[in-house]
Amino acid sequence: MSKFKKKTGGKGPGISTASLPDIVFMLLFFFMVTTVMREVELKLENKKPRATEVKKLEKRSLVSYIYIGPPKQMYQAQFGREPRVQLNDQFARLDDIQQFAIAEKEEKSESERPLMQFSIKADRGVKMGIVSDVKLELRKANALKINYSTEKGTPRPLE
Amino acid sequence: MARRESPEINAGSMADIAFLLLIFFLVTTTMDVDSGIARKLPPYDEQKAPPPPVKKQNILQVLVNANDEILVNEDYMELRDLRQKAMDFVDNNYKGDCDYCQGSRDKTMSENPEKHVISLQNDRGTSYEMYIAVQNELTAAYRELRNRESRLRFGRNYDLLSDEDAKEIAKLYPLNISEAEPLKL
Repeated sequence: MSKFKKKTGGKGPGISTASLPDIVFMLLFFFMVTTVMREVELKLENKKPRATEVKKLEKRSLVSYIYIGPPKQMYQAQFGREPRVQLNDQFARLDDIQQFAIAEKEEKSESERPLMQFSIKADRGVKMGIVSDVKLELRKANALKINYSTEKGTPRPLE
Repeated sequence: MARRESPEINAGSMADIAFLLLIFFLVTTTMDVDSGIARKLPPYDEQKAPPPPVKKQNILQVLVNANDEILVNEDYMELRDLRQKAMDFVDNNYKGDCDYCQGSRDKTMSENPEKHVISLQNDRGTSYEMYIAVQNELTAAYRELRNRESRLRFGRNYDLLSDEDAKEIAKLYPLNISEAEPLKL
């Protein structure tokens, strides 16, 4: 008479996998939204130095990148081993930086320009000479907000 | 009349397709947030106007040479001592008109935090890594001073303050790092 009859024998119902696609889709959308494709192909070595006093770069769209470092192995025959500057997808000369800075500024709307930042992504092995040259060019182009791209961690010379 | 049932589309492979896409995005995604040390460059001046006069005691001269050795006010110094030195210098309060300073009021160091200048000069041969490390230590010195003050006033660290409060604290310990053109050898 009891309402709760014990099932005797028989297999329990199989776990329904009908919701599996939903779960997977959810994950998929998460990654699709958060993913950032690399915009440029790096042609030079770029290992960041480490620092502890870092600030996050907000507003990716307002950041322009300047890469400095020795060319990768495959480009060494053509460009040598001395550190070079890369803007967008190609190696650039120092004189190109002003043009680049101005072009990047033109792209942004008037109201956003004061918030623009130039991120200097220099390889940790380079000397300050080339970095200073880049800084001077940026100053000439009146691009004054910069950011030295670093990794988080204790600086190597302190270890 | 016979009703034909339309055949149902088998959705069993949908999960597989979704998985495939998921794995693609998992692999290509880079989660690292870009971060770094923020700085403001001085505007370019073609005439090279002479800098405003600053009393010698208000300048902390930091030189980094091509061998990555540090010279602070003409004394050799280890990188690990630089932070404390910069803190002592900024917080010195020789003049005595800075009521929140806790410095030693040494007569060879800055008059008050408002007047001090840390002059950083490097060589063209200085390694970038060392330069960043020095910048990092100097920034850390300011951060520690600001943290100390903001804990006293607001009970929280500087980076947890609201924008308004943070501005107030930043005003008490302004970041005055002036960079000279590197020496050419």
